Amino acid sequence: MAIYLTKESKVLVQGMTGSEGMKHTRRMLAAGTNVVGGVNPRKAGRTVDFDVPQCLKGLGGAPMAVPVFGTVADGMRATGADVTVVFVPPAFAKAAAVEAADAGIGLAVVITEGIPVHDSVAFTTYAREKGTRVVGPNCPGLITPGQSNAGIIPADITKPGRIGLVSKSGTLTYQLMYELRDIGFSTCVGIGGDPVVGTTHIDCLAAFQDDPDTELIVLIGEIGGDAEERAAAYVREHVTKPVVGYIAGFTAPEGKTMGHAGAIVSGSSGTAQAKKQALEAAGVSVGSTPTETAKLVLARLEARLGEQRQ
Amino acid sequence: MDLYEHQARELFEEHGILVPRAEVTDSPKEAREIARRLGGRVVVKAQVKTGGRGKAGGVKLAADPAAAELTARQILGMDIKGHRVGKVMLAQPVDIATEFYMSYVLDRAAGRFLAIASAEGGMEIEEVAATRPEAVARIPVDPAEGVTSAKAGEIAEAAGLPPQTVDVLVRLWDVLVREDALLVEVNPLVRTGQGQILALDGKITLDDNARFRQARWGADDTEHDDPLEAAAAAKGIDYVKLDGEVGIIGNGAGLVMSTLDVVAGCGARPANFLDIGGGASARIMADGLSVILSDPAVKSVLVNVFGGITACDAVADGIVQALGTVRLTKPLVVRLDGNNAPRGRAILDEHAHPLVQQVTTMDGAARRAAELATTA
Repeated sequence: MAIYLTKESKVLVQGMTGSEGMKHTRRMLAAGTNVVGGVNPRKAGRTVDFDVPQCLKGLGGAPMAVPVFGTVADGMRATGADVTVVFVPPAFAKAAAVEAADAGIGLAVVITEGIPVHDSVAFTTYAREKGTRVVGPNCPGLITPGQSNAGIIPADITKPGRIGLVSKSGTLTYQLMYELRDIGFSTCVGIGGDPVVGTTHIDCLAAFQDDPDTELIVLIGEIGGDAEERAAAYVREHVTKPVVGYIAGFTAPEGKTMGHAGAIVSGSSGTAQAKKQALEAAGVSVGSTPTETAKLVLARLEARLGEQRQ
Repeated sequence: MDLYEHQARELFEEHGILVPRAEVTDSPKEAREIARRLGGRVVVKAQVKTGGRGKAGGVKLAADPAAAELTARQILGMDIKGHRVGKVMLAQPVDIATEFYMSYVLDRAAGRFLAIASAEGGMEIEEVAATRPEAVARIPVDPAEGVTSAKAGEIAEAAGLPPQTVDVLVRLWDVLVREDALLVEVNPLVRTGQGQILALDGKITLDDNARFRQARWGADDTEHDDPLEAAAAAKGIDYVKLDGEVGIIGNGAGLVMSTLDVVAGCGARPANFLDIGGGASARIMADGLSVILSDPAVKSVLVNVFGGITACDAVADGIVQALGTVRLTKPLVVRLDGNNAPRGRAILDEHAHPLVQQVTTMDGAARRAAELATTA
């Protein structure tokens, strides 16, 4: 099952022929993703060869040839694609996301970092109206290990399993995926570190709660905004599965942007302490380091196993 | 990036919003000249990017040009909540009949902008919202439609602002959109004795991500009070100076923030935030190290890298090459984990730099770096 992304997902890559697009399309293919095409109006009709070892098996040693379409709509018509991953530069990202929404695609994963907030406000609102889920922007994408990888998350540091993970941060996601590699993950969603994102912690909590393959949810947050506080309220009301949290940025000074555009404490709002307290008040175990968070996951899973035995 | 009041005032003026006549200076002598040009009696206002200037004595009325010079001399160089006053704005006093509050702010949770307006201006809007929430109107703005006259009318009516403000509300939205601002706030927006609507004081925050399409942004617009932050910015490094003794380099904003927290949890204080991003090349590693080592407060350095897309052997190569160009003067604790971690660790072992030590776990490495900094 997993959420949002499965082995049935057919993935387009907008900006596939750029350097980042090429590099990560190759990695996505290597992870078993069904990449069905790229989108670039100037290169429509061509194919791009990817020399991916995993794909060569059963293909007689030929490189994987991925067709390039002029538009997302053309790509969807030709392949039945239902997911697009956007690698286009910040100045063109809004147009790319709007095009994907106009084409009616189900999921648009916007990896691009540095998109002006007014553009993100416009395309996330537009996509919502059109029924397209946006993940990102400024995110590593999402992975359902062993099935499909839409974005830039390293696929080889973990394996399929029972944990669902939602995070604002890419590298903290990787850190937890790696620490918990023996248990494995249903789906990991990097929602992005910008102030405005298309998919929130709450969206993912709701999806993981409904996903039979997910037994426990890891929620990673950081300073800025009140998404974690809202997520805590949602957990209290709607989530029956165990949730383990981690918050980064306790030592961040007020008024300074810490790497991610959205990671800023403004006055007394957006602090890590407030987020941690809100989560703990909702019954979420919150680790003080990533490693301790991984240990809390193990403890909660064992406790759950014990309950099931009784 | 936050703008100074005088910069916000200029933008308002460019967009056709009435503002008081004013000029800005860093010289008391010039302040006297400006006051003379403005008619003698002026308000002298400290230009700092923080609230509470008035209470701190950073806003004063001067009766004549001589008084303006004296007042400017007092205010220039003042420290207001850690911000040194480098410039003052001298403005013509305004005959205020009524004060209002108006802002467009980003509502992160809703993913759109919100108009916040109140007929009770002049004071902190948070205070008004806390004591009399019904006096503050909060109206979401559809990004596709923006603030039309009809929408502005709706906002004004909900907040109890007079109909003359509608045109200003539309123009303020123009400022927000055209300048790629994340915040446009006017407090107070005033009605003068003559019935004019005027933006008396304002705050604008511009979106750093929109720099590429905003011609007015110069490279020198980004101000760094801290020389190390300025040096790092010049090298294109994402660095924030903090008041501690453990220098920190990591990859990815979340992991770096987390590293600071873990070091703090070990009883030391992080000296900085420094994110080398996904690439972790030798050049960026060398640049990062040189910035951190030039911070005299730093007693030890922690490099915390998780090899995801960039494998640890490439990161180790980068560190070794960086050590060839930067003279290491403080102990360096390296934690490499993730893809190709054993190869990366072996590369550093082979290099065997006397000041470099490796710890394989993040918590252990943080503890080691903290020990080195607190016992040094």
